[in-house]
Amino acid sequence: MPREGILVDRPYERLTREQVELIHQVSMQILTDPGLISFNREAVDILHSHGAAVESIAGDHQSWQVKIPEQLVLKALDTAPRIVKLGARNPDNTLIMHGDEPRVYFITGSETNIWLDVDFPIYVSKADPTREIRVPEFKPRRGTVDDLCQSAHVCEHLEMADGYIRTVNIQDRDITEDNKDVNKFFASLNNNTKHFMSGLTSLKQLDNVVRMAELVAGGKKALEDNPIISFITCLVKSPLQFVDDTTATFIEVCRRGLPVAVSSSPQAGTTAPIKEAGIIAQINAEVLAGITLGQLVKPGTPVLYGSVPVRARMDTLGDSYGSVETSQYNIDCVQMARFYGIPNYSTSGVCDTKIPGQQSSIERLFSDIVVAMSGPQYLHCAFGLLDCNSVFCLLQAVLDDAHFKMIKFFLRQPRIDQPEMEAVLKQIRAVVTTPQKLYIGYIRPLLRSGEISGIYPFEGSGETDDVFELAYERMKELLARPVEHIDRETTSRIFEEIPGILPRLNIYERGS
Amino acid sequence: MKGGVSVSKDIIATIKENVIQGRKTQEDVGIDDSLAGTAGVVELTQQALGKNISPQVIITDGLTAGMQVVGERFSTKEYFIPDMLASAEAVGAAMDIMKPALESANVETKGKFAIATVKGDIHDIGKNIVAILLKGSGYEVHDLGIDVPTEKVVEFVREEKPGYLGLSALLTTTMTEMGVVIKALEENKLRSSVKVLIGGAAVSEEFAQEIGADAYCVDAFDAVRVLEGY
Repeated sequence: MPREGILVDRPYERLTREQVELIHQVSMQILTDPGLISFNREAVDILHSHGAAVESIAGDHQSWQVKIPEQLVLKALDTAPRIVKLGARNPDNTLIMHGDEPRVYFITGSETNIWLDVDFPIYVSKADPTREIRVPEFKPRRGTVDDLCQSAHVCEHLEMADGYIRTVNIQDRDITEDNKDVNKFFASLNNNTKHFMSGLTSLKQLDNVVRMAELVAGGKKALEDNPIISFITCLVKSPLQFVDDTTATFIEVCRRGLPVAVSSSPQAGTTAPIKEAGIIAQINAEVLAGITLGQLVKPGTPVLYGSVPVRARMDTLGDSYGSVETSQYNIDCVQMARFYGIPNYSTSGVCDTKIPGQQSSIERLFSDIVVAMSGPQYLHCAFGLLDCNSVFCLLQAVLDDAHFKMIKFFLRQPRIDQPEMEAVLKQIRAVVTTPQKLYIGYIRPLLRSGEISGIYPFEGSGETDDVFELAYERMKELLARPVEHIDRETTSRIFEEIPGILPRLNIYERGS
Repeated sequence: MKGGVSVSKDIIATIKENVIQGRKTQEDVGIDDSLAGTAGVVELTQQALGKNISPQVIITDGLTAGMQVVGERFSTKEYFIPDMLASAEAVGAAMDIMKPALESANVETKGKFAIATVKGDIHDIGKNIVAILLKGSGYEVHDLGIDVPTEKVVEFVREEKPGYLGLSALLTTTMTEMGVVIKALEENKLRSSVKVLIGGAAVSEEFAQEIGADAYCVDAFDAVRVLEGY
């Protein structure tokens, strides 16, 4: 049985059907004029061989202007699968995404450079030296492979996390460009049995990570049937440019037939128009160009319509994931993906602030609620991200799990039908005749059936705010719980066949 | 004889289990469906009395023992308030059934407790919960209702001589009536005969002291604790 996610019965939509079609038309116009600039030769050749107009651009870097005709895009949309399966080490964690079904899965990610530690030093009141309080203190540092293991471990136990995107960039001294991929894949797969998605640092490592996945899944065919890994490729740099290396990676991933998110992240105001109509038309064109390329490489490649639109901050021109418009853009993209019937990889839960707290809670909950209501299939960035996607905090991820439990409960379909109405009518008529006129007796059958939402799990007692401390205790509790590691024999084969994995990650050889 | 003891033990143990499950009657499902369709506390109490089992044994080994377990599970958050109230209601119903037998056997209740929502206030959720819980804890509860005039409270205290009086108010505009009731009890020389407990969203410990109440109860469980302390 795959994970159930949450089916949004009537998803929130900002755009009318006419507006969706208008955006589609303008995106098609963008792809033919001006088209895209490609810095990758192979993409140019593929598109050209299928009818795209190509023209070399003079300059320091070799590049081409590529004009993609509408019929090529429409043909690609025909071959792109409407249903994408993302497998998992534990088959119960499989995700099945239908492009036209607004069933939401909550996913971690994306990769941050900074890991945020938390500690609770004790302070003494100057006015009353007998009074001590514990105050959370956050300390940023560079992420390590050990952090990634911890993150994968805790996210395995987060009830609402449906899949795992690596959360932190591993920057240990013994991690190089050549061994980064195999280590991040192994650290994640070995500590988490949910679907694993990641970007690739070096194309040279693609075959190694695919082989690792084959070993874990049980062979090449087993991996095809149960794709336990998938890839994210930001092949498009806004505005409208195919980047050389990520496009090369994307082409190779498509050749191997593994699922891939075609992601674009334009920034409204700098790399895309600030107006909603403009950024949506542009990102839609960028994602469609990627999907078209992928389907030309290998028709039927499972792709996700990856949208990470964001508005620029006006004070720094950095990203502002906390801005209201960012959520609007994401909701629009969810609708565009549904229009094409392709599962959507969307974004919510990232905040602008650097540490957990009130601003973080407000910003992330706002986007989590409204974007989830629009029904994206693969909602990433949803756990633990701070400071516009550059900081990951495990404590925050634990807090987010509680938020998503509330959101998932909220999105459940109401039960209003004839038998239900008859039952409540009977109840009302019975209760009003009793001396106490209380419905409490009718609560009990629902109490343990999951039909009543729970109280906030980190509610403190008294008049102090204990949320962080209680969430920290929960985090430690989850870390103490065992995870199902890759078995000894498979681990041995992985270490034999795949070069570059750090020996300290082999849990069966530690201390020997 | 041995068989009789065994039947008696079985019924009492089943009463205790049904109290834990919060099953007042046969129709109640309980906390799970393990006892569904079998006799509840009401039917079992009637059976027990029919077999001449002493009311004191029913109370001590069945009802109170069951409530003890319920209280423990509530304190460990395994049970919720609706569970606690269901059990208390079942115990209260059993006490009603046993009232004639208790009177004839001269078994005293824990005390007579009158409760009312004061004049001008019609809110009664809290009051009702207190009434259910106290009844389930073995008190003889007299619910005077909502929007109760001061004279009616005074009259009840004079005539029925309850050891305890609970006053409830939700509104800041009606809480002052509590002070009026206490003053009226003083004027009628009844104040020393009854402990006055107050509760409700609008009131506080400080307010209780201000109007001369004997105790402020933060919730129904606090009311039980306060009474046990007298």
